[in-house]
Amino acid sequence: MKPARFVYHAPTTLDATLQLLAELNVDAKLLAGGQSLIPMLNMRLVRPGHLIDLQHVSELAGIHERDGGVAIGAMTRQRQVERSPLVAERIPLLAEAIRHVGHLPIRTRGTIGGSIAHADPAAELPGVLLALDGTVRLASARGERTVAARDFFVDILTTAAEPDELVREVWFPSLPPRSGSAWLEVARRHGDYALVGVGAVVTLADDGQAVAAARLCFISVAGRPVQATQAEAALRGAPVTPATWREAGALVREELDPPADLHASAHYRRHVAGVLAERVLELAARRAQEGAGR
Amino acid sequence: MPTRIFGERIKRAEDPRLLTGRGRFVDDIDLPGQLHVAFLRSPHAHARVRAIDASAARAMEGVVAVWTYTDIGPCQRRMPLLIPHPDLTHPYTRFALARDEVNHVGEPVAMVIAESRYLAEDALEAIAVDWEELPPVVDIEAAVRPDAPLVHEELGTNVAAHYVGIVGDPDRAFASAAHVFRERLVIERSASMPIEPRAILATWDDTDGVLRVWDTTQAPIVIRNALAALFGLAPTQVHVVAPDVGGGFGGKIMVYPEEVLVPYAALALRRPVKWTEDRFEHFVGTNHERLQIHDAEIAVDSEGRILGVRDRFLHDAGAYTPYGIIVPIITACQLPGPYKVPNYHVEFRAVYSNTVPVSPYRGAGRPHACFVMERLMDRVADELGLDRAEVRQRNFIQPDEFPYDVGLIFQDGAPTRYDSGNYPAMLDRLLQEMDYHRLVSEELPRLRAEGRYVGLGIACYVEGTGIGPYEGAHVRVEPTGHVYVATGMPQQGQAHQTVLAQIVAEELQVPVETVHVIEGDTAHFEFGSGTYASRSAVVAGSAVALAARSVREQGLRLAAEELEVDPADLLVEDGRVFVRGTPERGFTWAQLAQLANPLRYAYAGDLAVRPRPWSGPALPQGRQPALEATEYYSPPHATWASGAVGAVIEVDPATGLLQFHRLWVVHDCGKVINPMVVEGQIHGGIAQGIGGAFYERLHYDENGQLLNASFMDFLIPTAMEIPRIEVAHLETPSPLNPLGVKGVGEAGAIPLPALVAAAVEDALRPFQVHVTRMPLSPDELLRLIHTEA
Repeated sequence: MKPARFVYHAPTTLDATLQLLAELNVDAKLLAGGQSLIPMLNMRLVRPGHLIDLQHVSELAGIHERDGGVAIGAMTRQRQVERSPLVAERIPLLAEAIRHVGHLPIRTRGTIGGSIAHADPAAELPGVLLALDGTVRLASARGERTVAARDFFVDILTTAAEPDELVREVWFPSLPPRSGSAWLEVARRHGDYALVGVGAVVTLADDGQAVAAARLCFISVAGRPVQATQAEAALRGAPVTPATWREAGALVREELDPPADLHASAHYRRHVAGVLAERVLELAARRAQEGAGR
Repeated sequence: MPTRIFGERIKRAEDPRLLTGRGRFVDDIDLPGQLHVAFLRSPHAHARVRAIDASAARAMEGVVAVWTYTDIGPCQRRMPLLIPHPDLTHPYTRFALARDEVNHVGEPVAMVIAESRYLAEDALEAIAVDWEELPPVVDIEAAVRPDAPLVHEELGTNVAAHYVGIVGDPDRAFASAAHVFRERLVIERSASMPIEPRAILATWDDTDGVLRVWDTTQAPIVIRNALAALFGLAPTQVHVVAPDVGGGFGGKIMVYPEEVLVPYAALALRRPVKWTEDRFEHFVGTNHERLQIHDAEIAVDSEGRILGVRDRFLHDAGAYTPYGIIVPIITACQLPGPYKVPNYHVEFRAVYSNTVPVSPYRGAGRPHACFVMERLMDRVADELGLDRAEVRQRNFIQPDEFPYDVGLIFQDGAPTRYDSGNYPAMLDRLLQEMDYHRLVSEELPRLRAEGRYVGLGIACYVEGTGIGPYEGAHVRVEPTGHVYVATGMPQQGQAHQTVLAQIVAEELQVPVETVHVIEGDTAHFEFGSGTYASRSAVVAGSAVALAARSVREQGLRLAAEELEVDPADLLVEDGRVFVRGTPERGFTWAQLAQLANPLRYAYAGDLAVRPRPWSGPALPQGRQPALEATEYYSPPHATWASGAVGAVIEVDPATGLLQFHRLWVVHDCGKVINPMVVEGQIHGGIAQGIGGAFYERLHYDENGQLLNASFMDFLIPTAMEIPRIEVAHLETPSPLNPLGVKGVGEAGAIPLPALVAAAVEDALRPFQVHVTRMPLSPDELLRLIHTEA
């Protein structure tokens, strides 16, 4: 379990990083926290010729309020996000979900950008970004561009980023008024990748008795985070009742086609996705009614 | 009054060092000029090795040697069969490096020795092996069919051993029984996962002609003897040390290929050589355990009294049988547990498969036995409409029936004879701790009325511990007042340094901190077999007690001589030996040690030796220059610990997740040397048992590929998954040894699969779920709920 030989780079500026990336292209891997990459290197599942360590690129870290949401620099540690009062207040879904990412030592090293760029289909942060309809800002020597979460995550460990691009920043929009959010997941052990995870945002109509809009996004049920669009459509205008959540859960079971692995069968994932959908919608709607924002 | 030290809650002497990162493990030791080893391991479950081309690897930078079978000199001999058994009619052991065939994924095929582990692993990729794949044997039920492909062609069968044990007349008992219930019960494959994998560092010391080996073994003397024999060295020319070891759990008691190859490399290359197992290697290179498939039946009368038990099971032996059939023998002998089973038929076949070999892992066949027997007891209770506790009470061996013979020969070749115990009191105590009747009549109905799926389980077990052959100990009082203790055991975290020191401190009435226990070093003690089978406290502890008592007698005799009093008039208290009634007339242990050894003590402050007139030799006939003794203890047979556990578990039937509300343990390991250490052992065992009940399972696919050889996919419960464990002690002393102690190392791991099965089944009664396999998982629970409902 020792990595194959590679050349190590530790640039200190974004420009220098982007130059290196432009030169090395597919022969380079970015090291953003190492919680996934280092094991893969040690098992020789990836063997890049060059490793570009981003930890000294200080301009990539930081949490800022921007455009009605919160922008988080790629090298911001997950633990900082977890402890950020701004995130807790403005993006409660992120604050709630991030506690499920691994364990404290993992979150202390792991970064927001690292998780987003790695695009593990069982990871929480891509699911949160999709549930909130956030965006990813990519940078390269050629310039910058912004990609919506729904376009960014393509398949297992595959994103819309080109080999010379890096994730510079991730932007999470705040919730609209009369909204609540919630995150639930089922994992074998505390801190494990979820067997099924789900994030929900429920926005209520003015009278608080019906759903104006809902977003419902799952992780660990496909090669990328998945939005349950049929259930979302059925929720629009539906009354805030247990039957609504139950029907949404039933629709989720119809529209998802989850894979099987050692830890859970496809049947298990489909069934539990429905259960979690029902529970997460109920919770998000209650929070919307209570004005908790979450 | 003598100070009580034995039985006290004394903090572990090991902990300040270990908890502050000052432990010294094999991989912490580096020697100048040290080389590193990486092994090429088979990617195939079953294949012939046609040819190996290592020329490219040998030419690589930093590579000192690449060895295959033809290069390993004395290590070309087959690995030893450590524990033969008459019923093991088809034993089979491997070569240290595959000669012409591999029989499991992970089997060592070639060995690279290089300047660094990185370079060694690079070179592995340059070794070309010409494989001829053979059909893999993975499913042990298929493996015993007549047309099955064979793991070892020359054996002509996949059945390594066929064992039959019969007590009484089971056929007649079954024919006349009011009820007979049958179960098919499965425990899946698992393995010990010590936090420190195996590691070996070896060097040939030319200055004194000694091969020095640091090894994570549970049996350094066994390794020393094996290496001496293999390399034609005198035993004193081989020095084996097991330093701090991060857990063993059975997996580290073996003579593994790496344990002979790394020392051989040090001998042949005349440089220090180190190999540290990585986690992937541990999954495929260190022995596994657990998989058994039982077809069990129980015959009872109309009141639920056991008339007989019949059990036929298949035991997965893996690819080789270096450790014999210890595990299934234990299962067979322990299956009746604390119950009277007057008629018993047990039969097993140990079956070869193309998987990692099987040898004991904490519990060693006992969790399987307990699972089978307790499932049968629950079945009897449920079928007859009896309380599960009541059925057990009706069948217990009674306190006046000891010693009690099960009627079979145990793993150590001695009778399976329970020496002492009080099972009815044990279960009563558990029910009392649980407030069982209130739980059953009030609390569970109340929670169930709220729509919650809450269940209660109990399980009882026995554990044969403290087997022979023997262990020894050396105890010596130093002229400084320190007490030196050495045994032939190593330790992997069990607190031997604390509990053995307590035994000595109690006998000599000295502060426990002055007792220094040295273990795991063949230069300090040369006889013994190792730490395994919950035997250290019993066997080594008894040897230590005997040696300490001998030293105490020596001290009393010497003091009596010097003070010209009768030894019977002396007391041993407060670190001194003195005359009853006149405490100022006496000596400290340091003074006695000085008196025993009339030399010059340049810095001794309280020198007791005075110039005296000539009266002959300085050491008179029969005196030795030290207060020291070496004693051995060899148990007549195992001593039997026991326990009862209870739990309240809640299941979420929508997700298959479960949660412990409470978990109680009543445990009887005879006299308790240190309650904190015993509780630690129980907690650890329970945690491992919870792993075996809901998390830990090794998944092989039909090609013999291990699918979850990492901590991402092999799920060890963490502190978050382990509930608070409420432990109560009973003490039924063992009559077999001088301390009255019984072993406790494996206890907690034994009853948990049975317990969780019972509680889950109870929680899910509305769905009529029947639990017959372990471990469970959320997926499995959901499947049970949906198919049964």
